[in-house]
Amino acid sequence: MMRMLATLLMALSLWALPAVAQSNGPLRIEITEGVIEPLPYAVPDFVSDNSAGADFGRRIARVIASDLSGTGLFREIPNEAHISQITSFESPVQYADWKAINAQALITGAVSVDNAGKLVVRFRIYDVFSGQELGSGLQFVGTQEGWRRMAHKVADQVYTRITGEGGYFDSRVVFVGESGPKDKRAKRLAIMDYDGANVSYLTDSSSIVLAPRFSPTGDRVLYTSYETGFPRIYVLDVASVGRRALETQPGTMSFAPRFGPDGRTVVYSLTQNGNSDIFRMDINSGASARLTDAPSIETAPSFSPDGSQIVFESDRSGTPQLYVMSANGGEARRISFGQGRYGTPVWSPRGDLIAFTKQSKGRFHIGVMRTDGSEERLLTASFLDEGPTWAPNGRVIMFTRETQGPQGQASLYSVDITGRNLKQVQTSTGASDPSWSPLQN
Amino acid sequence: MTIMNGAKMTYVSKTLILCAGLSLAACTNPDRFDDTNTVDLNGGALSGSPQDPRSPAYFQQTVGDRVLFAVDQSTIGSEAQATLAGQAQWLMANPEYTAIIEGHADEQGTREYNLALGARRANAAHEYLVNQGVAASRLKVVSYGKERPIEICSNEACYAQNRRAVTVIAAGLTS
Repeated sequence: MMRMLATLLMALSLWALPAVAQSNGPLRIEITEGVIEPLPYAVPDFVSDNSAGADFGRRIARVIASDLSGTGLFREIPNEAHISQITSFESPVQYADWKAINAQALITGAVSVDNAGKLVVRFRIYDVFSGQELGSGLQFVGTQEGWRRMAHKVADQVYTRITGEGGYFDSRVVFVGESGPKDKRAKRLAIMDYDGANVSYLTDSSSIVLAPRFSPTGDRVLYTSYETGFPRIYVLDVASVGRRALETQPGTMSFAPRFGPDGRTVVYSLTQNGNSDIFRMDINSGASARLTDAPSIETAPSFSPDGSQIVFESDRSGTPQLYVMSANGGEARRISFGQGRYGTPVWSPRGDLIAFTKQSKGRFHIGVMRTDGSEERLLTASFLDEGPTWAPNGRVIMFTRETQGPQGQASLYSVDITGRNLKQVQTSTGASDPSWSPLQN
Repeated sequence: MTIMNGAKMTYVSKTLILCAGLSLAACTNPDRFDDTNTVDLNGGALSGSPQDPRSPAYFQQTVGDRVLFAVDQSTIGSEAQATLAGQAQWLMANPEYTAIIEGHADEQGTREYNLALGARRANAAHEYLVNQGVAASRLKVVSYGKERPIEICSNEACYAQNRRAVTVIAAGLTS
C-alpha cells in the first residue's frame, strides 16, 4: 500500500517532471509524458441493513465511483466484472477474488435508515494487494436528502487516504447561469454541487449579474449586479438568499470583489471618472481604503491565503499583467513576463501557485505560475477560456470556456494543475464565472 | 408608452427613463425607440418620430448615438469627435433630456478588464461632451464591459462595432 500511495502522491505533486516509467508490479502506475495509469478500484453497491436503505446503497456507490473516476487518477472495475459479491459489511473480504480482477483498492459500505429517519453510512477501504484495511472504517449520519453529500464524504476519504491530498468532492460551486442570445444574454446566480448536481438559483435574471465569489467559509457570496442600472457589489447569504449592497460612493462603479481569508475584508475595483483602482473594505463597518492610485486599470484582486498579499491585474506597463502587493497597498511587483496579456489571477488555497487567464496570439489559456511568476505553465487553450477558481485542495481548477461565433455559449470546465483531465462540468444551461467553495463541514 | 396627462407628466418625468419598465440593459437594444416606448413630451403628432429633430430617435439615427474605439483604446478619434460635437449640440439644444453614456468592449479580454475598459471609453465620451459645454450633471456613465455586444460574430467586423460608447437619451433631470 505504501508504494501505491507513494506513487500516486508523486503523480499528484508532479511538476513538469520528466516521464517516469515504473517497472511492472502489482501496484503499477505508469507516468509517461505526464499521463498516469489510473489506479483500478472496485466499489460494489453498499449493502443495506434494512429495506429503506437499499436504493441508497446503489446510488451512493455510483456517486463515489463518479467522484473517484472523475479525477482521472482512478479507474473503476465495473460491477459486472466482480467475482465476489459483498453481501455483508462485516464478513471478511475475499482478497483473491479482487486481486483476480486487478482491483487494487476496494471500497465497501453499508447503508441504513435509523429510527429517526436519518441515513447512516458506514464504509471501509481495503488495499487488496497487501490484504489489509487502509485506515479504519468510518460512519456518517445525515439526512436522507443529503445522501449525495455523504457519498462525496466517503469519496473524499478514499481520495485522501490513497493520495495523501485533501479531498474536494463535498464542495459546492456558485456560478452564473446563462440563457438567451449573445447580445441579450440573461444571467442569474446559481449554486450547485461541484459535480453539477443539486442546482438552485440565488437570483432571478432581471439584471445582469457577474462573477460571484464565495466567502472563506462558503456561507456568503460576493457578486456584481446591475440591479440599479450601474454595476455594484452585493453580498448574499447563501442560506437565506438575503442580500445587501456594499456601500460605495455615488457616481462610481464597483466590481471584481473577493473576500480576504478573514471573511470580512473585501478587495474590489472601484471606478471613478473612468479610472479603476483597487480598494479594500471591512464589510461589517463599511470602512474602506484605497490600495492603488494609478491612471491605469487596476482590477481582479485576490488575497494570498495568509491575507498578507494581494495579486492583481494592471495595464500600467501598457498591457494587462499580474502584480503582487502588500494587503495594505503600496509598491507592487510585476510577476508576469511571458508573451501575452494576463488577467484574473487567483491565489491557490495552498499558497503555492497563482492561477490566471492568459491571452496570446488570439487564443486564451488558463495557466498557473509560482507566486514569484516563475515556472509558468499553460493548462488549456481555446477561443476563450477565463476566470479560474481553485478546488479546495488546490489540485484542480474550474473555469469558463466560451465558444465563438453568433451561437457562442459559455460552459464550465475543470482541469488538473498538471494540465490533465480536462472535462466539461455538466450544467443544464449556459454557465460562466464559477467560484469553488471550501470543503463543507 | 405615451404620456398625455400633463399633471402626471410632471411626476413621471423626474424618474422616467425612456425605456422605463424595461431593464437598463434593454436600453442598448437598437429597437428601443419604437413607438411603444417613446415618451411623447409635447403631445404633438410629429414629436417622438425620427423626423422630429428634438426627438431621441432623431438623436439616435441622425446625430449618431455612438462612437467607436480601437482595440484596448479609449482615445476619441476625429470621426468620433464630430459625432460627439453633434451630440453636445443636440443635448444643449434639448435641455430637458439627460443621458447615460454606456461604454462597451469586444469579447477579446477578461470580464473584469473589459468592465474597466468600457468605463474608460464611456468616460472619454463624457469628458468630450462636458468640454463641449454639456452640464456634467445631465450625464451619467456606465460600463457594460463585454456583456452587451451589438454584433455577435467573433471577428473584427463585429468587434469594431462592439468597442463603443453609446449615448442613451433619458428624460428628465433626476432633480
